[in-house]
Amino acid sequence: MDALRRTLLKGAGATGAIAAAMAAGVLTPSRVLAADYNRAAFEAKDMAGALKNIGAAGAADNSGIVIKAPDIAENGAVVPVDVASNIANTVSLAVLVDKNPLPLSSAFDFANGALPEMSLRLKMGQTSLVEVVAKTADGKYYRAKKEVKVTVGGCGG
Amino acid sequence: MADPMKIRAQMKGDTADIRVLMSHAMETGQRKDNAGNTVPAHYIQSITIDVGGKRVIQGQTGTSVSRNPVFGFRVKGAKAGDKVVIHWEDNKGDKRTDETTVAG
Repeated sequence: MDALRRTLLKGAGATGAIAAAMAAGVLTPSRVLAADYNRAAFEAKDMAGALKNIGAAGAADNSGIVIKAPDIAENGAVVPVDVASNIANTVSLAVLVDKNPLPLSSAFDFANGALPEMSLRLKMGQTSLVEVVAKTADGKYYRAKKEVKVTVGGCGG
Repeated sequence: MADPMKIRAQMKGDTADIRVLMSHAMETGQRKDNAGNTVPAHYIQSITIDVGGKRVIQGQTGTSVSRNPVFGFRVKGAKAGDKVVIHWEDNKGDKRTDETTVAG
C-alpha cells in the first residue's frame, strides 16, 4: 500500500515537472516522447486528453494509415493488431483504444531504416474504436480508426 | 528479474523481420484480486531496439498493451549477422536487455 502511494506521489511530481518544462518551451512534445515517459498522455483517461498530450489534437483523417485488426475479438485480453502508414516520411505511430480506461497503448518512433509499421497485441475492455495516429517528419499528425467488437473484455478480469 | 525475451530476427529480401515476446504481467492497476484489493499497476513503459549498432525503434507503452506483449517490426537495410539488441524498462524500474543476431 505504502509502495503504491510512493509511486503515485512520484508520478504526480514527474508529471508536474514535464508540464512545467513544456510550458517553458524547453521540451517539445516529440522530445518528451524520446526521453522521459510521457505520463500525461499514457495516463489520460479519454481520447481527447491522450491525443492532446502526444501533440496530435488536430490530426486529420487519412486513409494512408492501414489498420489490420479482427472485426470481432473473442478475447479482449489479447487483440492482435497490425498497423502501417503509407504516408510519406512517417516517423512515429501511436495506437489508442478509444473506450479503454487509459486509451493510449503505445507510441513508437522509427529511424535508420525501420519501416513505419508494427504489430502488437492490445487489451480491450469492451467494443471500441482502435485509432492510430501517424506523425510525419514535418511534425504533422494524421489519424485513422477501425472498430473492433469485443465479446469478452480484457480489463478488470 | 524478468524472464528473457524471445526474439526472432529474420531477413526477408532487404528487410529484417523482428518479432519479440516480452514476459511481463502488464498489470493495469484497475484489476482487483480475489480479496478485492486493487492490484498495483506494473507495466512496461519504454522499449528500444538497436540493429547493427543503430537505434531503429524507440517507443513507450502503457497499460492497454496485452500481458506478455508481442511486438513486430520491419527494418530495411539490415543485414544477416547484424546484432539486434532490445531493451525494456517498466514503471517499477525493472529492466531487461536481450540480444540476438539477424538470421539470413
